[in-house]
Amino acid sequence: MAALTPISRTPVTFYVPVVAAAGAFAGLFVGTAQGSGLLGIIAGAALMAVLALAMTRVIENEKTMRWAIAALFLAGGYLLGGIPGAVMGGAFGWFFGWFTYWLYEGRYRAKLPPYLTQGQVLWHFAFRVICGAILVFLITPILVVMPLSFNSQNFFTFTPEMLRFDPAGYSLRHYRDFFTSDDWQQALRNSVMIAPVATLLSVSFGTLAAIGLSSEHVPFRRLIMAILISPMIVPLIISAAGMYFFYSRIGLQGTYFGVVLAHAALGIPFVIITVTATLVGFDRSLTRAAANMGADPVTTFFRVQMPLILPGVVSGGLFAFITSFDEVVVVLFVGSAGQKTLPWQMFTGLREQISPTILAVATILVGISICLLTVVEMLRRRSERLRGMSPE
Amino acid sequence: MSDLKSTGPQAAAAPPPAGEPGGPVLAADGTPLKRSLNRALRRQKLRALMLIAPLLLFVLLTFIAPIADMLFRSVENQIVSETLPETVVVLHSWDSESGEAPAEPVFDAFYVDLFLAQEQKLHTRLGSRLNYEKTGMSSLFRKSGRRVGKFDTDIYTDQLIALDPSWKDPATWVAMMADSGDRAALPFTARTWDRWVAYLATEGDDPAKTKIEDVLFTTLYLDLRATNGSGASDARITQAAQAAAGFETVSLRDQFADADKNWMDPEVWGTIKAFSPRYTPGYFLNSVDMQKTPHGIETRPENQQIYMMLFKRTIFMSLVITLSCVMLGYPVAWILANLPTRTANLLMILVLLPFWTSLLVRTSAWKVMLQQQGVINDTLVWLGIVDDADRLVMINNQFGTIVAMTHILLPFMILPLYSVMQTIQPTYLRAAKSLGATNWTAFWRVYFPQSVPGIGAGSILVFILSIGYYITPEIVGGTTGTFISNRIAYHISSSLNWGLGAALGAILLAAVMLLYWAYDKVVGIDNVKLG
Repeated sequence: MAALTPISRTPVTFYVPVVAAAGAFAGLFVGTAQGSGLLGIIAGAALMAVLALAMTRVIENEKTMRWAIAALFLAGGYLLGGIPGAVMGGAFGWFFGWFTYWLYEGRYRAKLPPYLTQGQVLWHFAFRVICGAILVFLITPILVVMPLSFNSQNFFTFTPEMLRFDPAGYSLRHYRDFFTSDDWQQALRNSVMIAPVATLLSVSFGTLAAIGLSSEHVPFRRLIMAILISPMIVPLIISAAGMYFFYSRIGLQGTYFGVVLAHAALGIPFVIITVTATLVGFDRSLTRAAANMGADPVTTFFRVQMPLILPGVVSGGLFAFITSFDEVVVVLFVGSAGQKTLPWQMFTGLREQISPTILAVATILVGISICLLTVVEMLRRRSERLRGMSPE
Repeated sequence: MSDLKSTGPQAAAAPPPAGEPGGPVLAADGTPLKRSLNRALRRQKLRALMLIAPLLLFVLLTFIAPIADMLFRSVENQIVSETLPETVVVLHSWDSESGEAPAEPVFDAFYVDLFLAQEQKLHTRLGSRLNYEKTGMSSLFRKSGRRVGKFDTDIYTDQLIALDPSWKDPATWVAMMADSGDRAALPFTARTWDRWVAYLATEGDDPAKTKIEDVLFTTLYLDLRATNGSGASDARITQAAQAAAGFETVSLRDQFADADKNWMDPEVWGTIKAFSPRYTPGYFLNSVDMQKTPHGIETRPENQQIYMMLFKRTIFMSLVITLSCVMLGYPVAWILANLPTRTANLLMILVLLPFWTSLLVRTSAWKVMLQQQGVINDTLVWLGIVDDADRLVMINNQFGTIVAMTHILLPFMILPLYSVMQTIQPTYLRAAKSLGATNWTAFWRVYFPQSVPGIGAGSILVFILSIGYYITPEIVGGTTGTFISNRIAYHISSSLNWGLGAALGAILLAAVMLLYWAYDKVVGIDNVKLG
C-alpha cells in the first residue's frame, strides 16, 4: 500500500474551478437535451461553483449538505425529465456532493505517495477514469440486454414507458414466449442433450491424455500437444467446413452423433489445458506412496490422484460444456434441422426474424454464465489451496 | 517376477557385488542395471502413450481427418475426367492455341461422353463445375444435354439394322461384347458398352432387354471404319465392315455446332482441356483472383476480383481489432495487476463475465446497442447530439464489426497481459523513479519492455481468433464488414462451390498455422492459461 499522506483542506482557487468544470461537463449534456449546449455549460459551471462555495463556506456540515445537494438535484431532475430525470439527477447530486468534499478536504491525496507532483496526481486519477470507462465498455452490453428483455413491446430499445418506470412498460412476455414456443423448447432440449454428452467424451478422453502427457518421458510431446490443442486454434469456420465434408462422406452429417463428436473435439483443448495445469503442481511421490502401500494403479488413480486433480477436471469440463453449449458455427454445418441448438436458434433469430425473445434467452444464458463463472472461480481457489499455492 | 528369474544359473552363483571394478552394475534381478532402467523407462513411455492414444486417435479421426479432407477437396478435380473420359484422352492432342475448335474425333468422343452423362444426369454438375471457370458453360451443357439424344446419328442405327436386323436385338450385343476377339476389333464400342452396362446396373435394368441406343451404333460404325472389323469372330461385324464404307454419314461436329454455336468456340474446349487433370490448382488460383485459362494463368477481370480485397480487409480489420484490444486491454491489465488483490479480484469479474457469456449474447447485445433505433442512437438523440433524422449508421459496416469484435476479444488480451504484469516487480518502477526517471521514462524503459511478452501473447491470440471469425461479422458486418470466413461459409452452404470454399479455407488455415507456430515460439502452447 502506498504511504499515508497527511491531508489538508485545499484552497478555494483549486476546488471551485474543478467542480465548476465538472458541472460544465454535465451541463453540456443537460443543455443539449434541453436545446442549447452553450447555455448548459455556463449554467452548469455557475451552479456548481455556487453550490461548492455554499457547501464549504456557508454551511460546514458535510453530511447534511451532501443529502441536501442530492435531494436538490433529484427534484431538479424530476422537473426537467420526470422519473428518469429524477434518477439521473439524484445520482448526479450524490456524486457532486461527494466530489466537492473529496476535493475540498484533500481526501484524494490520502492514499497516494506524498512525493507525487500535481500533474502525477491528475494523471493517476485520469488513468483510473480511463480504466473505468474501458470496464464500462466491457460490461455495458451485457447489462443493457437484461432490462430490455423485460420490455413489453416488440422493440429492441428502451420505450418511453420503460424509461418512466411505468409498470406497463415491463412484462415477462418474452420469457413466456421462450417457455411456450416449440422452436425454442426444442432448441433448448437439443442443447441440453448435446452438451453433456460431448463434455463427458472430452473430459474422459482428455483427463487420461493429460495424465499421460504430464509424465516425464513422453516422446513427441510437443507435437502431440500441438495436435490436441489445435481444435481451439483452427478457425471454427474451417473446422466446420472440414467436418461438413468429412462427416457427409461417412454419413455422420446431420446426425446427433456427428454433432456430439464434433463438439467433443472442440472441447478437448480446454480439458487438456486445465487438467495439465492442475497436474503441474501434483506431487508424484503421492502415487508412489500409494503404490508402495499396495494400491494397484486403478485404485491409486481413483483414491489418490483423482481427488486432487478433480477441481481442474471439473473446470475443464465446464469449459468444454460452455464451448459446446455456445457453439454455433460447427453445429450449423454438421447438424441438420433436427439438431437445432439454442445458439443456432438465436443466430437465425438475429439474422432473419428478429424477435426480443432472443434477449430473454440471452438474459437466461448470462445467468447460466454467472453460475458457471462462480463455480470455476471457487474450484480454482480450492485447487490452489489444495496444492498449497495460495496463502488463503 | 524377479524371484522366478533368479533361479537361472547366473543367479545361482553369487552376483558380483555392485561396485566391483570390471563387472556391470546389476539390478536386483541380476540384469544389468542400465538395461533394467531402460526397460522401466520404455514401459513408462509406453504407459504414457497408451493413456494419450485414445484421445489422439479421437482427435485425429474427428478433427484432423476433416481438415485433411478439406485440403484434399481444394485441389481435387476428378469430375471432368470422370464425366468425360473419352473426350479428355482425345482432347489431349488438340492444340488449344490453334484458334479453332477441335476436329471430328473429339466430337465423336464427346458425343458418347455427353450422352452417357445426360442419361445419368451428370452433365449439369459438370456444367456448373466448369461454369466457375468460364461463364456460360452451365447453360451450354444443360442445353446440349437436352439435344444430344436427338442427334441425327440414328442413320447409323437404321443402316446397320437394314443390313442385318439382328443388330436390333440387345441379346446379340451382350453375346458379342462377351467375346474378346470382337472386343478387340471394336475397342471404342467395347468401352462405351461397359459404361452403358454399368449405368444400366445402377438403374437395375438388364442390358439384354434394353433397347440399343444410337450412341452404340455410332461407336460401332466408327470402330468399323477404323479397324475394318479385323479379328472379329462375329460374321456380322465383317459383313458390316465391308458395307460401312458406303454408309451415309453424319458429322457430329456439325451436329454440335447446330445444337449450340459455342461448341465452335476454342475457348470452351480450352477450358475443358485446362481442367481435365484429376488435380488442379484452379481453386487456389481463383481464391487469389487469378484463373487458369487455355492460355495459361491470368488475373481475373477487374470486376470479378474480390478475394484479394477480402483477404486484405480481413487482415486489416484483424489488425485494427488487435490494436484496439492492446490499447484498451493494457491499462485495464495494468490496473488489475497493481490494485490490492481484493479490489483486483472484484474488477476481474467485470472482465471474466463477458469472457464467460455466450458469444451470441454479446453479439445480440451489440446489435441492440448499435442499431439505428438502438440504445446508443436513442441516447445520442435524447441528448441532442445527433439529430433524429440522421441517426448514426454504426451497424452493418466495418465500424460495427470492429467495435463488437474488440469487445468480444478484449478478455483474450487482458488475461495474458494480466498474468505477465503480475510477475513484474513494482519495485523496478520505484527504483527507476528514484534514479531520476520521469513517469514516462520509467514506464517506457523499465515497465513496458517487461510487459512485451504479454502483449505478444495477447496480440497473437486475438489476431488468430479474429482472422477466422464468422458469427459476429455475419450479424453486425453487413456487406462491408464481413471477413473471408463469411465468404467460405457462403461457398459451402449457398453457392455450393465447395472446392473454392476449401481453397479459401486452406489459405486461411495456412495463415493461422503460421501464427500458431509463432505463438508456440513466443508463449509455448503448454503455457496457455484459461481464466
